[in-house]
Amino acid sequence: MIAIVDYGLGNVQAFANIYKRLNIPATLARTADSIAQADRIILPGVGSFDWAMQCLDRAGLRRVLDEQVQGQKVPILGICVGMQMMARSSEEGVEPGLGWIHAEVRRFGFVPDNHRLMLPHMGWNDVELARRNALLKGLETGSRFYFLHSYYFSPENSADIIATSDYGGTFACAIQAGNCYGVQFHPEKSHGWGIKLLKNFAEV
Amino acid sequence: MSLAKRIIPCLDVTDGRVVKGVNFLELRDAGDPVEIAKRYDDQGADELTFLDITASSDNRGLILHIIEEVASQVFIPLTVGGGVREVEDVRRLLNAGADKVSINTSAVLNPQLVADAAARFGSQCIVVAIDAKQVGDHWEVFTHGGRKATGIDAVEWARKMEALGAGELLVTSMDRDGTKSGFNLPLNRAISDAVDVPIIASGGVGNLTHLVEGVQEGGADAVLAASIFHYGEFTVRQAKEFMRDHGIEVRL
Repeated sequence: MIAIVDYGLGNVQAFANIYKRLNIPATLARTADSIAQADRIILPGVGSFDWAMQCLDRAGLRRVLDEQVQGQKVPILGICVGMQMMARSSEEGVEPGLGWIHAEVRRFGFVPDNHRLMLPHMGWNDVELARRNALLKGLETGSRFYFLHSYYFSPENSADIIATSDYGGTFACAIQAGNCYGVQFHPEKSHGWGIKLLKNFAEV
Repeated sequence: MSLAKRIIPCLDVTDGRVVKGVNFLELRDAGDPVEIAKRYDDQGADELTFLDITASSDNRGLILHIIEEVASQVFIPLTVGGGVREVEDVRRLLNAGADKVSINTSAVLNPQLVADAAARFGSQCIVVAIDAKQVGDHWEVFTHGGRKATGIDAVEWARKMEALGAGELLVTSMDRDGTKSGFNLPLNRAISDAVDVPIIASGGVGNLTHLVEGVQEGGADAVLAASIFHYGEFTVRQAKEFMRDHGIEVRL
């Protein structure tokens, strides 16, 4: 069973809809028990970094996630801010992150350029595969995914980067460090490639 | 390679059906919203926009069910607008499966709504729709489905909405809507030059060259069209291939 962490943020139903279509068991997880029983976890996220961390704390799910991810090594996929939360900290806020990966979250450093480079980075951009990875099985360089963000994930260990994208410079758009996977884009809104990636996660 | 220009089919919905009018009038039935949404999804649409043009408040709940149904089958971003009056309406639509909510009349009546909604849900999910009509030598904002003049200059209004937190502007030329004579390019250019948020050009698409012009001359980040897709003249894929062949980056 895949637990989709429902802590009041993000379009969790979209993940449930996709897994239902794929006939893969998944549930919206609002309690520590339902997360503890899962063999895979999806951590969605939208909005600001601090708000997301506070919502997760308020939902009382922080401890069970730490235990399952760091203790039990259950595979987890962070989406957008959900990926960013796995870092130690973010330039967007003051709250500490989950710290599961040696990484910081940084704001795009380019100077916005009227309608060529805008923030947030919103829309369909292509990804370049950096190394072979089960999460990206069947995807090709040039596959487009839907992005919506102003901050990006910057891991200390470049080997954690499994795919990059380019927006005023190259940045990591998919990462893997042990059992922690993360994607900056929204697979749940990325049509065929997104469905493929979520199916891959069910099989990693 | 970089960010693709987006093609967005627009579904005007009333009483549970998709309709399309000319200059905001003379509505004609185009089919079932869920079926149409699935068709455009299959054809490679980048997003879908639903505008609830239901005149009476009786059927307001209907759009929520339609969005829930569409969101369970279509996995691309969905924008929904029409009759959004308060922050709670935004929340309801997002919960039903919308990714962005479009605000039009209520933004004029109560600009603070745009600021409040952006503060609560983030600018990225707040679209302000601007229905503009040429009046003398400038463009004026109209509300209530194009029935009421406001006296507000459309370019000034675009700047103000960006400042209040709109993450995107949906600019419809009422003069062109449903006429198939092409976007109002000077209007789109004036607004895209004035703001730094993405512009969706809308109103008047009759052929694929119009889509190319919207991006290259109007400065639009996304192009929205209805009739050319609803009645089967072109598929979304044909539109994208045409744009690609004219040097525009699209998702194929």
